[in-house]
Amino acid sequence: MTGVEGYMYPNEMELQWSILIVLYPFITGLVAGAFILASLERVFLVEAVKPIYRLALLTALAFLIDAPLPLQLHLGHPERSPEMYLTPHPTSAMAMFGYVYLWYLMVVLVFEIWLDYRKDIVIFAQTTKGLKGLIYKFLTMGSYNISPRALAIDNKIGWIITLIGIPSAFFLHGYVGFIFGSIKANPWWSSPLMPVVFIFSAMVSGIAAVMLIYMATCKLRKVAIDVRCVDTIAMYMFYIFIIDFALEMLDLIHRIYESDESFRSLNFMVHTQLYIPHIVIQICLGTVTPLVILFILQVSGKKFAEKVRLRLCTISGALAMIGIFAMRWNVVIGGQLFSKSFLGFTTYKVALVTKEGLIVAVALALLPFLFLWILIKFLPPWEESHHTPAAGD
Amino acid sequence: MNIFKDSGHLFKFAACFVIGFLIYLGLRGFVVPKTFGQYGHYRGSALKDIAAKPIKYAGHQVCEDCHTDQATAKSAGKHVTVNCEACHGALAAHANDPTSVIPVKPDPLVLCARCHTATAAKPKDFPQVNIDEHSGGAPCTMCHTNPHSPAMGAAPAAGGAK
Repeated sequence: MTGVEGYMYPNEMELQWSILIVLYPFITGLVAGAFILASLERVFLVEAVKPIYRLALLTALAFLIDAPLPLQLHLGHPERSPEMYLTPHPTSAMAMFGYVYLWYLMVVLVFEIWLDYRKDIVIFAQTTKGLKGLIYKFLTMGSYNISPRALAIDNKIGWIITLIGIPSAFFLHGYVGFIFGSIKANPWWSSPLMPVVFIFSAMVSGIAAVMLIYMATCKLRKVAIDVRCVDTIAMYMFYIFIIDFALEMLDLIHRIYESDESFRSLNFMVHTQLYIPHIVIQICLGTVTPLVILFILQVSGKKFAEKVRLRLCTISGALAMIGIFAMRWNVVIGGQLFSKSFLGFTTYKVALVTKEGLIVAVALALLPFLFLWILIKFLPPWEESHHTPAAGD
Repeated sequence: MNIFKDSGHLFKFAACFVIGFLIYLGLRGFVVPKTFGQYGHYRGSALKDIAAKPIKYAGHQVCEDCHTDQATAKSAGKHVTVNCEACHGALAAHANDPTSVIPVKPDPLVLCARCHTATAAKPKDFPQVNIDEHSGGAPCTMCHTNPHSPAMGAAPAAGGAK
């Protein structure tokens, strides 16, 4: 059989989980990371990141709407997905994920965004005409009370929701790691560290994504980038990246030292098929390089010009995202490349125009930006547009 | 009462959740089959539906009632644990009507190769060969004359291997 070396069990020759399943944990990770970044301002009172608070929430929502689509496409029967809710299966980790997703979408993100934007929504509802005005009126839920006391209550409740949202974000993405980590038959996945590694890598990718989106939107809107904000985001990204890198290395060292019966097979795979995506892209290009850049930025302080600092932040953010995507790739694809007999390997070639091909994957990766654009049109997150009618009305 | 006046919108939002939950419960009562969960996480009446389907396998005891020669040969050979229908296929229809439903004789080159082709995953003491090298295209039953007791030199199958 083409692409198979040594012995593979018949059901291992062709990979069951494709690039869409790589995309899924990557996207949920961005959601969790973006929300954690938003919580820095709300709960941890980091004033410097205020300019991206709302943008981070909208980014999290846009990516969360997109998150189940790769799974729906992969499974191929979207009409069956409500059955997960109609007949809850408490002993199935995958089935219960539907509830985790719904909790995070409705109770955390939608509720928090609604509370935060309520004053703007009420003002927009009173000043905007046409279909857009009707949508705003619907979003007010018939309540136009934006008295200082009502807004103070919103603020308090919003703070509580963010507080609940932090463990929820950890849970959302920890759950994805848990699903992989609890598959005991697969030594590449089966590790109690997996959920923790997933959470921290999610935070890194989400923070990097919001930072890049913030800088891109500033360029598009032709407004100055708040360098203090970007510096602060880069600082938090650096700290979390260190923890993430340390955990991943701990996992690697543990595997090497333990050298269980799967080690020779996995070691061979990492040095052959996974050498480029794991060693070169994930570790060297996507982790060590951005870490070095962020380290230089932290120790050099303000020695660099603002323009240089922003460029370095852009490069490190983009590399970090490539690295985290490679990590998802290596987990999902890598875990299916070797035989559970430890006697053979298969290969994975991404198709181009199939249901789970590259074009679909790229489209699904870009779709959240369309969702984000629509959300921004309805709920402008920019500080200067707070409480003023949306642009173009 | 001012607190309720200023937090009325929150109750409206909460009401949406309650309404959503009630719709969920209503929908669940309507679409989930009544026997769902009766025995496990599936529709209980599915068992009756499955039981109503015609039986396809006769079981080795039924085969052995008529094919006593093959059963005797098999019981003395290496294939003692292999069920009749594992090689010959589901034959309840033949057992019910032996004269009209005549099973097709398996091709030894295909059938034997299914288990005895050499692969790295099989235990070392399991007989496995590279079929092309081993038989050169000749049917396995040319040498292993009785597939029910396949050791070389065993008594040939009575009336050919069936």
